[in-house]
Amino acid sequence: MEELIKLIDKNGLIVAFLLVGLLTWVTDVFSKKVLASRIPGSAIAIFLALVFGYLGGVLADGEKGLADLKLFNGLSLLGGSMFRDFAIVATAAGASFLLIRKSGMIGMISLILGISVFFLGGVVLAWLMGYRDAVSLCTIGAGACTYIVGPVTGGAIGASSEVIALSIGTGVVKTIAVTIFTPILAKKIGLDSPGAAMAFGGIMGTSSGVAAGLAATDPKLVPYGAVTATFYTGLGCLVCPSLFYLILNWLIG
Amino acid sequence: MIKGLALLSFSFLLGMWTGDLLGGLLGIDANVGGVGFAMIFLILIKEGFVKKGWWKDELEFGIEFWNKLYIPVVIAMAASLNVKSALSSGILAILAGTIPVFLAFWVFKILVNSFKTT
Repeated sequence: MEELIKLIDKNGLIVAFLLVGLLTWVTDVFSKKVLASRIPGSAIAIFLALVFGYLGGVLADGEKGLADLKLFNGLSLLGGSMFRDFAIVATAAGASFLLIRKSGMIGMISLILGISVFFLGGVVLAWLMGYRDAVSLCTIGAGACTYIVGPVTGGAIGASSEVIALSIGTGVVKTIAVTIFTPILAKKIGLDSPGAAMAFGGIMGTSSGVAAGLAATDPKLVPYGAVTATFYTGLGCLVCPSLFYLILNWLIG
Repeated sequence: MIKGLALLSFSFLLGMWTGDLLGGLLGIDANVGGVGFAMIFLILIKEGFVKKGWWKDELEFGIEFWNKLYIPVVIAMAASLNVKSALSSGILAILAGTIPVFLAFWVFKILVNSFKTT
């Protein structure tokens, strides 16, 4: 037993691969079998990870969630900023300028509108809940865009770990909300053609939410929504910690 | 595989450097949009390689692996966050995660209708 603990301690990153892999496996099966893919497995896994992070915080009384427990400290390496940013940049390879040109004006307009609507909504709600500093407001607004734009923005402008966790939680809630409400509202809002799906992907942005929501609406629309949604996170990571942060800073300070 | 990974690393470092430089220019002690710039560099490099006929499936594989890894990385990150203190304002996460979604559904409806009529 002592040997095993030593082994786990020495190979933290490998243990983290195993843990995240197992969690993904279980949540994927749960999503398919129990929820009929109504909520994507990845959204459940992220949500559960936040729950584990909470439990870790209660048990170890530290600031790094589950990674404060010695057995799980590899998680903070796998989930650290280096791996995170590197993996996000890799997602850009799936997109091309040619495709965004094809999706044309409506795709561009929807991307800009989408990021602005979610950012503004997040900022206003955070303001109403009592946050007053530009860094926290900006991070929560970015989290309302996606659970990736939030932590990237928070990391870049120096937000606290609590605010970053809150921004991820916000982004996860958004993914779940988009997934659930897309098939319910699709007919009412005119989401019935490839062009409309492209605009939808640009406005909603959350790739897993858009893909899962469109799959439940009409599987033929999924690739069209995904084309524009791919750009959302990148564009959000570009404008939230720069342009939007400067504007907020100017408005408040 | 490693060649694709090298291209990804090159784009990543170049983008991060651009972000740092921009941050310095703007007078913020932070990386401004480094991830976004790195993505743009990667797309441009890929476009260039495809045009020259240098882009091979083997290159793609090295990048694709990391593309697929981003959700697991986010899961690990979520588990190593200070969720305990964030939960004290948990209502905000639920409100800020849902209210803008309904707002966006409404904006989408207006956008699609305006494109249909013009």
